[in-house]
Amino acid sequence: MMTIRFFFYGFNMDLTITLYRLNIVILLFNCSIKQGGIELKKTNIKGMLSLVLIMGVILTGCVGQPAPAEPAKEAEKQSIIINGSTSVQPLAEELANAFKAKNPNATIDIQSGGSGVGIKSAIDGVVDIGMSSRELKTEEKTLKEFKIATDGIGVILHPENSVNDLTIEQLRKIYTGEITNWKDVGGKDSNITVVTREEGSGTRGAFIELTGLEVKEGDKKVDKTLASAITQGSTGAVMTTVAGDANAIGYASFGSAKDKTDIKLISVGGVACSEENIYAGSYKISRPFLMLTKEEPTGLVKDFLDFILSAEGQNIVAENSYLKAAK
Amino acid sequence: MKMTERIFEKLLLICAGIAVLGVVLIALFIFAEGWPIIYETGVINFLFGKVWAPTQGLYGIFPMILGSFYVTLGALIIGVPIGLGCAVYLSEIASLKISRVIKPGIELLAGIPSVIYGLYGMTIIVPFIRNVFNNQGFSILAGSIILAIMILPTVINISKDSIEAVPKEYKEGSLALGSSHWQAIIKVILPSARSGIISSVVLGMGRAIGETMAVIMITGNSTAIPKSILSTARTLTGNIGIEMGYASGEHQKALFATGIVLFVFIMGLNLLANLIPKKVGE
Repeated sequence: MMTIRFFFYGFNMDLTITLYRLNIVILLFNCSIKQGGIELKKTNIKGMLSLVLIMGVILTGCVGQPAPAEPAKEAEKQSIIINGSTSVQPLAEELANAFKAKNPNATIDIQSGGSGVGIKSAIDGVVDIGMSSRELKTEEKTLKEFKIATDGIGVILHPENSVNDLTIEQLRKIYTGEITNWKDVGGKDSNITVVTREEGSGTRGAFIELTGLEVKEGDKKVDKTLASAITQGSTGAVMTTVAGDANAIGYASFGSAKDKTDIKLISVGGVACSEENIYAGSYKISRPFLMLTKEEPTGLVKDFLDFILSAEGQNIVAENSYLKAAK
Repeated sequence: MKMTERIFEKLLLICAGIAVLGVVLIALFIFAEGWPIIYETGVINFLFGKVWAPTQGLYGIFPMILGSFYVTLGALIIGVPIGLGCAVYLSEIASLKISRVIKPGIELLAGIPSVIYGLYGMTIIVPFIRNVFNNQGFSILAGSIILAIMILPTVINISKDSIEAVPKEYKEGSLALGSSHWQAIIKVILPSARSGIISSVVLGMGRAIGETMAVIMITGNSTAIPKSILSTARTLTGNIGIEMGYASGEHQKALFATGIVLFVFIMGLNLLANLIPKKVGE
């Protein structure tokens, strides 16, 4: 693999250089036509030449990918290393980008090894900040924790559906295909259309984890979602699908689903899906996004955490359809 | 030869070269990114594995190969007879006035963005199937209907050209021997134009397999092996399109590997289209 890669980048670079040369040739040529006044249809020539030129520029732009950025060694104090939850990672990236826009010298390296890795690396002090999408266990409480956001997932049904509450157990059975008819959970006699998100989606990851669809088999975590479920690639597509099918069930982040009128958010285990209940922790399909440090944060790490918890940082959290850390 | 002429020739050659270079670069890129996963999983396990669970490291794309196959087959079953009928009508029967209306219509059909087809399928075809069959609506059937409409321009245009390329004498000879117009079409014109018609079907097939956006919106994208034409299904293109957003690491490479399979299929179809003899009649 390494050799293929190497060959590949080498190839790219050669091509880029060739194309730049080509551009220069064309530019020179263009000038010479203007000066020499050759007896040809000038407009056409110019048009074609500029087309070729644009093509060249576009291609060089596409092909000439910058080499992966090397860590800035001279600004060691200006860099933060973060590792942890794959669910928190996309939000952390957004926050880091906004932070970097204000602090151009800062380097923030974010890796996603999972919540367990994040907590352990924070305890061991091998990273500046650990990320977790679950509450800390008592033995992990030595860490300084900063709740940066709350992730609540709403279960959504078609408004005409008479079912208004499902337990976690019923949800799990619907999504594994053990329950296939609405009458088994108190609705009318019709088949359930199960709608889910694609693998790799953070919302799916949270949903399967919190409803028990993710089962440990040996040292592997297995996703038990039934394979014949309708799979949609975005929160919007899930909501549209549920809005169009009276027998459908789906899930979406609370922030995206709360104001929609063509779907309804149902309660889970008797607890309504509302901001209050998610913050209180009584609504079960929700989880905190935590940033963890070993010691009281100082310097750039402190600046970054302060930024996340500032009004500006929390607005970024809300824009990504998560709930703010606190009301 | 003048200097300017020579420079222009070279410039045009470079333009042509860029097109070929594009194909070569994309092919290299897809293979470099995706091949390691196919190699690790094993070609047989990758192509015929029935479970696609990329976050657990299970990469079997058999359900998607079947999905692509069924959706495309359905599109051909629905689309080819309609397209062929339209081509015969335009080249043999339609008056100038009528074809002046139909031809721009077909051109327009080819120009509609695929996401619009998807939107139409999602809001009209899917609810229609849901009401008629009392199921989830998203299905191979819905995908086939939309793809059938999408391949119509390809089938119609290429078939029409090949029907019009049949020498006039063939038809006149057939009519002179006492056949009706219909008999001439069925027994003489269509068989003579058969290579062009087959090409149109093969190219339509390529279009159907390669379509992504519209198919993602209407087939339901489930990773189970489809049981009937009313089942949901995921196509190879859909697999890449729907999961690319959040995929990283091996998962992403597995999607490139899906791209390799797709690439090979499309290359095969195009080769097939080129192998079909271009001559008329026999």
